[in-house]
Amino acid sequence: MAATLAPGALAPALADDDVRIERHGVWKRFRRHRLALLGAIVICVITVCAFSAKLLAPADPNFIDQANWSGYPLAPGVAHHILGTDENGRDLLSRLMYGGQISLTVAFFAVLMELSIGTVIGAVSGYYGGWIDYLLMRLTDVFLSIPLLPLLLVLTAIVAASSNKAALGFGVIVVIIGGTSWPAVARLVRASFLSLREKEFCEAARALGNRDGRIIFRHLLPNAVAPIIVQGTLEVANVIILESTLSFLGFGIQPPTASWGNMLANAESNMAIAPWVAIFPGLCILVTVLAINYLGDGLRDALDPNMK
Amino acid sequence: MPLLLLISIILYWILSNAPGGPLAPYLQNPHITAADIARLKHNFGLDQPLPVRYLRWLGMVVQGDLGYSTSNSETVVQAIVERLPATILLTGTSFAVSLLIGVSIGIFAAIKPYSLVDYTVTTLAFFGQSMPVFWFALMLQLAFAVTGITAFGYHFALPSAGISSTDDVDIGDRLEHLILPTIVLSLVYIATWSRFTRSSMLEVIRTDYMRTAAAKGLDKLTIILRHGLKNALIPVVTIIALSLPGLFAGAVVTETIFAWPGMGRLFFNALGQFDFSLLMGYLLIVSTLVVFFNLVADVAYAWLDPRVKYD
Repeated sequence: MAATLAPGALAPALADDDVRIERHGVWKRFRRHRLALLGAIVICVITVCAFSAKLLAPADPNFIDQANWSGYPLAPGVAHHILGTDENGRDLLSRLMYGGQISLTVAFFAVLMELSIGTVIGAVSGYYGGWIDYLLMRLTDVFLSIPLLPLLLVLTAIVAASSNKAALGFGVIVVIIGGTSWPAVARLVRASFLSLREKEFCEAARALGNRDGRIIFRHLLPNAVAPIIVQGTLEVANVIILESTLSFLGFGIQPPTASWGNMLANAESNMAIAPWVAIFPGLCILVTVLAINYLGDGLRDALDPNMK
Repeated sequence: MPLLLLISIILYWILSNAPGGPLAPYLQNPHITAADIARLKHNFGLDQPLPVRYLRWLGMVVQGDLGYSTSNSETVVQAIVERLPATILLTGTSFAVSLLIGVSIGIFAAIKPYSLVDYTVTTLAFFGQSMPVFWFALMLQLAFAVTGITAFGYHFALPSAGISSTDDVDIGDRLEHLILPTIVLSLVYIATWSRFTRSSMLEVIRTDYMRTAAAKGLDKLTIILRHGLKNALIPVVTIIALSLPGLFAGAVVTETIFAWPGMGRLFFNALGQFDFSLLMGYLLIVSTLVVFFNLVADVAYAWLDPRVKYD
């Protein structure tokens, strides 16, 4: 009798264990999704603030407060400048809001362009295979092998040298970033298409006499969209950092137009007396990028659990 | 090899779109006639069509001649060789630091998943990946160079620019100058490598042979280090090999901000004057590194993991 356990003896232990495991999993998922949710909320707040700058901003981003400004940045709180002013006496909060508009719009359109190019190249490459695939993938390899930041710097320097630095406007930056950062997306889409084109529904679509373009965009693409969304989200974060780095180095958005990056360009020289000029724009970049990365991570878990 | 050739063709084509070139200073000179310009153009070979110029350039590169750097008044090879030690010092130190810290905190996080240590490491990794490098550099300069930090009765202050304060080599001084740039350059790699080590280690810990090792009665440390680490590090080695050229190219920003006299700053300074030969040479070198380390990653992966076979 000693060998047999009373049925109830083991059950509580098991139940307890189960509950713990269950709670563990829920806590884990909850934590992940809570951060992603928080990320989404933060992104919404920042976007709304940036794009309602006309209504909310305390001043014009390029207005120089000559009444109070004496050649040095005004500290936060002085003369109704909530976050102070920069070295030219322009309201920092207003510039942050308008700068956010630029940084976010550049990122959005550059990623849109990147995703379009990457998706088309990847889809065509994966769907047709053969020599088309070979050619397109070699092109992808070339762009993957040239480090992105030096390449972007050279391209922007060419534009700057061809006319002048003022030519480095919004559109140019979008085209340069979007036109060079698509290879990762192309690889991703190609990989999904390689497996999708062997599936039965694809064969069925072909048997029904659909044209290739229709099969690619109407039948295959919707099935490959999850990793594209995840990659796209994470790319927005990358592009914000790229654009701000370019602008900081003087090869991105040109002053007087504010962007989070170029607001930091002159901050260094005044850092000893006016650290706030250097702190706030970078904090905006960090918080935005962090929020997007958490959102992307949550999306990956939610949409595509097998993806790494 | 064919890939490198293709890269060089595309790079040459892109860079040849820039105006100016070696003749730019003469174009503004009123004493130089159009005939002189034409003769100079001919001397530089600039009247030739692009493919011919490319082939000439390629012929020189094959012989180890990257051309003449107009912004430095010396040959590109000379300019790069002069800056190479500084860059290798910085990237080498950052590599060692990232490897040591990144991999070890990754392992710590994986040993106790979902513990406080793990959450701290993963959160820090997220911050590290989201941090704009140049801003992080500014903040470190603000904290350590501009104001300095007073703690434990000491006042910590570090130099924010350059590689040394004196002309003679002083190890302590050199190290002081190295600290901030190294932290900045390592941050991203500590973040990515620790995340990667963590997930790779977590996968290994769940395997049967780890349970077998535990069943044999080995102590936990031996299991993790002898049995686990060996297998967990295989994919990590690949990632590290793949990100090495990025470390090199990423030094552009770090070197520029900290006025570190290396290749990255050389490249950045050449941008303003559009020094064709130097930019071309730099891009070619970093791209070659990427291609080379891709190969290294493939070979290392197959060599470390006998289960992987390439056809």
